[in-house]
Amino acid sequence: MAEAIVAQNVTKDFVLRRHKTFKQMSVAKMRGQETVNRFNAVDDVSFTINEGESVGLMGLNGSGKSTLLKVISGVMKPNKGTILTRGRIAGLIATGAGFQNSLSGLDNIFLNAAIYGLTEKETKAVLDDIIDFADIGQFIDQPVGTYSSGMSSRLGFSIAVHVDCDIFLADEILAVGDKPFKRKCMTKMEEIRNSGKTIVYVSHAAASVQKMCDRVIALEKGRLLFDGDVDEGIRILDYGDEDGDELAADDAELGADV
Amino acid sequence: MSEATLAHGSTEDAELPPLVPPSSTLGLLSVFRRRYLLKLLVQRELSARYEQSFLGFLWSYINPLSQFFIYWYIMGTIMGAHKSVENYPVHVFSGLIIVHFFTETFGAGTRSIVRNKSLVQKMPLPKEMFPVAAMLVSLYHVIPQMFILLLVCVLTGWHPDLGTLIGGVLALAILMCFGTALALVFSVANVFWRDFGSLVGILTNFVRFGCTMIYSYDMLAQHAGSLRWLVLGNPIAVACLLFQRAFWAFSTENPQHTIKHEFPAHLYHQGVFALIAAFVALLLAQWFFNRFDERIAEQI
Ligand SMILES: Nc1ncnc2c1ncn2[C@@H]1O[C@H](COP(=O)(O)OP(=O)(O)OP(=O)(O)O)[C@@H](O)[C@H]1O
Ligand SMILES: [Mg+2]
Repeated sequence: MAEAIVAQNVTKDFVLRRHKTFKQMSVAKMRGQETVNRFNAVDDVSFTINEGESVGLMGLNGSGKSTLLKVISGVMKPNKGTILTRGRIAGLIATGAGFQNSLSGLDNIFLNAAIYGLTEKETKAVLDDIIDFADIGQFIDQPVGTYSSGMSSRLGFSIAVHVDCDIFLADEILAVGDKPFKRKCMTKMEEIRNSGKTIVYVSHAAASVQKMCDRVIALEKGRLLFDGDVDEGIRILDYGDEDGDELAADDAELGADV
Repeated sequence: MSEATLAHGSTEDAELPPLVPPSSTLGLLSVFRRRYLLKLLVQRELSARYEQSFLGFLWSYINPLSQFFIYWYIMGTIMGAHKSVENYPVHVFSGLIIVHFFTETFGAGTRSIVRNKSLVQKMPLPKEMFPVAAMLVSLYHVIPQMFILLLVCVLTGWHPDLGTLIGGVLALAILMCFGTALALVFSVANVFWRDFGSLVGILTNFVRFGCTMIYSYDMLAQHAGSLRWLVLGNPIAVACLLFQRAFWAFSTENPQHTIKHEFPAHLYHQGVFALIAAFVALLLAQWFFNRFDERIAEQI
């Protein structure tokens, strides 16, 4: 089977600027301090994801999951190593879609679809489905800046699932949605998975990863900690075990609902 | 991907899209390949440039017109330019249109990437789109101003020749390239240090006074001596002269006399050089843009 995503020694560093102004910078220079400081948010990560696989990307806060998704989607470029992908990539990265706040929901649908590479005709063909799925009623004509965070991720998710992509990236899509929408999302994601598309799914909810994915990639401080079986991955990350009460309850709820 | 490709597996490999780096773009070339996206961005820029304002797009006329009246009254009437430059209002206005096109491209282009922060952070698209869209929006605003200019020219007895067309198009082409070049460089610089946004205001002032708009070429030649090459070496000033030759010169009493005495001797040659220089500037700007492109999404 063909590869969908190939990552080879992918490293993405960020510059931490300690000193912002000219004055601060010259003082630091005179004292011989470093003015820029780099750290690797994604550090030497390699993996291959085949077409049709659905992979859960897990790790603690700040472990580099969203950064890795940005590298896969092409928003960011790795400093070292290479990333190769096949076909159209759509999805939600780092909670919330890339919207233009001053534009209406409708205009944003067209703009986002065009960025994904759809033509005007293709967009019009799925427009009703997108609006129906997002289900935000009359607010579709209002500026996106006035939306609640749940509403804008509903719209973003709805656009992303309707653009007929080859690779679907989902970063904590369930974080802000309400329960009925979470259920709808999970159903839709399963539909996408069953249609043979590649999915990279970021979530802290072990139950939903268990349900959705057939492989887990875990990051720790930007490094690849684990790549393999779902249950083992979740165990290594300690999700669900210690201080499990709250988490387990959360997951159980999700699992029961979906 | 369809069921069919799945079923046939690797035999259908040739039909699959290729494995490519997801962030690869061809810079300005990708911008022109993705014309539909560019069109959407231009449309939204057109409505967004003056969003939340009651007069809306009228501001793009109020702005140059107010400048026009200031120059017309202060330079023309108080300083006496009406007497020394024939048909002075048309002289100012034809220069103003082209200079304003440049300053708008420069200003809006510089802010363009930062303004689209939320898109840049989350969606992969060639970021050159934004400065180019800003340039096209400014170009669009030139159209109605041209109608006003043509009307005034016709009323004051204008007889265009073929050089009018060539000069006008050449002037616009120079500034489309040069404006985009500066917008590219400043838009990316503005992501890292917002100081560049403030610098634009100062540079814009230099541009306004560095062009033969409120003073004539004749005055410049008399006073500036060899310093006038500082002005003539500037593609914006050359574009301004070309535009004035196209419109103002032909609205004067004796166009041939005006062209001979009020313009540099080899204006069209200079125009072609300016176009080449602007194009080279565009290539350099693209190179500069590429160098910093990958840090834009995280630094913005
Ligand atoms: N634009 C940026 N500039 C500097 N540092 C950044 C930038 N974006 C992310 N980082 C840093 O990179 C690290 C990884 O961040 P990332 O958002 O990928 O984490 P994450 O795994 O998605 O976490 P979470 O589970 O909270 O979503 C963090 O330490 C963060 O501070
Ligand atoms: Mg994240």
